[in-house]
Amino acid sequence: MAVLELRSVSKYFGAIHALTEVDLKLEEGEVLGLMGDNGAGKSTLVRVIAGNYPPTHGEVLLGGEPVHFSKPAESRAKGIEVVYQDLALCNNLSAAANVFLGREIKRGFGPFRWLDHVAMARRAGELFTELKSETRPRDLVRQMSGGQRQAVAIARTRLSRARMVLMDEPTAAISVRQVAEVLDLIKRLRDSGMSILLISHRMPDVFAVCDRVAVLRRGTKVADKDIKQSSPEEVTGLITGAISAA
Amino acid sequence: MSQNPSSSGSANVGIESVLGLQTQSPLQRLFGAQSFWVTIALGLMCAVMSYLQPESFATSENFYNITRNFSFIGIMALGMTVVIATGGIDLSVGSIMGLTAVSCGLVLNAGYPWWAAVLVGLFAGFSAGLINGLIIAYVGLSPFVTTLGMLSIARSVAVVLSGNRMLYQFGPGGPTFKHFGGGAWRIAAGFELSFPLLFLVALTLLLAVIYKMTAWGRYVLAIGGNEQAALLTGVPVKLVKVQVYVVSGLAAAFAAILNVGWSGSAINALGSSYELLAISAAVIGGANLMGGEASAYGAFIGAALIFTIRNALLMQGVDSNWQGTFVGAFLIAAVYLGKIRGARRE
Ligand SMILES: Nc1ncnc2c1ncn2[C@@H]1O[C@H](COP(=O)(O)OP(=O)(O)OP(=O)(O)O)[C@@H](O)[C@H]1O
Ligand SMILES: [Mg+2]
Repeated sequence: MAVLELRSVSKYFGAIHALTEVDLKLEEGEVLGLMGDNGAGKSTLVRVIAGNYPPTHGEVLLGGEPVHFSKPAESRAKGIEVVYQDLALCNNLSAAANVFLGREIKRGFGPFRWLDHVAMARRAGELFTELKSETRPRDLVRQMSGGQRQAVAIARTRLSRARMVLMDEPTAAISVRQVAEVLDLIKRLRDSGMSILLISHRMPDVFAVCDRVAVLRRGTKVADKDIKQSSPEEVTGLITGAISAA
Repeated sequence: MSQNPSSSGSANVGIESVLGLQTQSPLQRLFGAQSFWVTIALGLMCAVMSYLQPESFATSENFYNITRNFSFIGIMALGMTVVIATGGIDLSVGSIMGLTAVSCGLVLNAGYPWWAAVLVGLFAGFSAGLINGLIIAYVGLSPFVTTLGMLSIARSVAVVLSGNRMLYQFGPGGPTFKHFGGGAWRIAAGFELSFPLLFLVALTLLLAVIYKMTAWGRYVLAIGGNEQAALLTGVPVKLVKVQVYVVSGLAAAFAAILNVGWSGSAINALGSSYELLAISAAVIGGANLMGGEASAYGAFIGAALIFTIRNALLMQGVDSNWQGTFVGAFLIAAVYLGKIRGARRE
């Protein structure tokens, strides 16, 4: 049974049809690449799954059960972690504070619970090391490079044992070395049984780690196939419309 | 794979190495804080005034008076920092003071005990803050417009309730009620600290701990930093927004209770234009009106600076109408300094 399934999902913003009757399945331990031109609807798809906004039509199913998330916290409680395209970071807070935002480690008794800064900084430090990122937990995000910011957003998804991670262009702003680390992480997560949806404009990344690739064009899914049966040339054609469907 | 030596990922990272991860040394952070420079300015002003007016400025009576006077605004400014931290503003705090004063006055006047007056007063502030918060968080109106409306509403209700009278005949609850605002702690012969100051100090410490040590304090700053991000990461943004206006309303009500106790009378005009003083105090102390930056100590020191300027001008025989000019100039200078610091950081 698919971990995640979209059945005929449409999302309209007034006259804009960002998604039109998209069917999509994500199996356990699978990395699905989602590609498409700017404005094709990729981020909208992620936000519908994460519960940012409800689909206009259609259903989202988790393990076969229909779900109706009204806010991102609800999808996270069901094991869906998201790296948003704009990273969703607070510039005025430290890296560790951002990693733990909304699920702080606390100590204390009864109603008196205070933040455990040391534990959070330590855990965040471990996650950054695991990502081979030179991000220091106590630095303000305001002062960070694009790669460090990306590491903070990715570290967040590692706090709990998620069932699936949706990554919206996680390699957009980072160096070649860090791209390799992120792709490595994706493979490790897959090997541990997690399902991953990877949105990327970078053809080599998708062909390096994905088991399957789906292509969106102007809100409609035009391809969804085993990556071994496809090629970068074909996917490029599908994205641009030179090939109408596959 | 070059690795930062200080960010060792082993599980037994000690507190020293965790603290060592800070880019800024404590000293750098101190110099970067606006409240630090305001404290220096205040210290200089006191030194100069003590030199110019040793007989009248540097006296324990004058210290007592200044510190009591700025305590009312300081308490309001504490509540204001929480609102400003989320990127909001509360223009209704002055009117909430008037409403609270009249509510307390009526309850005492009717012969009820002191604690009934305190509860009714706090309830008035709570209700006004709750209405502000619900409209801003759930209806989605702007904080400026909503609290501007409440500024008008609370004042008008205060005038109607009071029948436009001054209330000063407090029944049996009067003496105890007055003691909270008018009492003092005698440290030594001829040296006393007013109760309002003690309350302000206690509340400043409490709020500082809340900012530093609680998830709620962090959520407040996160909402001001990036509301969308806070929402996506599971911060209960709407609930926290309601809470900050309730806190602000309660702070204004508490300041009013102390003020009525100190003056011994309740008038519906109490707190007119105090919202501007409370906002000024918070901003001079380093609160950023764009949200995401605020501190409890900043509210304290900002209020202290404003009232020391007033007192100093008075003692130097400057026409009291010039006070606004000085306070306003300081406010603008403070915002300008904050802007320079912000630009350097980016
Ligand atoms: N909140 C919104 N309100 C109105 N229109 C929106 C909204 N979000 C997205 N859209 C529109 O929906 C379409 C799809 O946008 P989306 O962000 O999903 O594209 P994308 O595939 O992620 O593009 P990119 O590769 O540039 O990130 C665009 O036309 C966009 O303008
Ligand atoms: Mg996108």
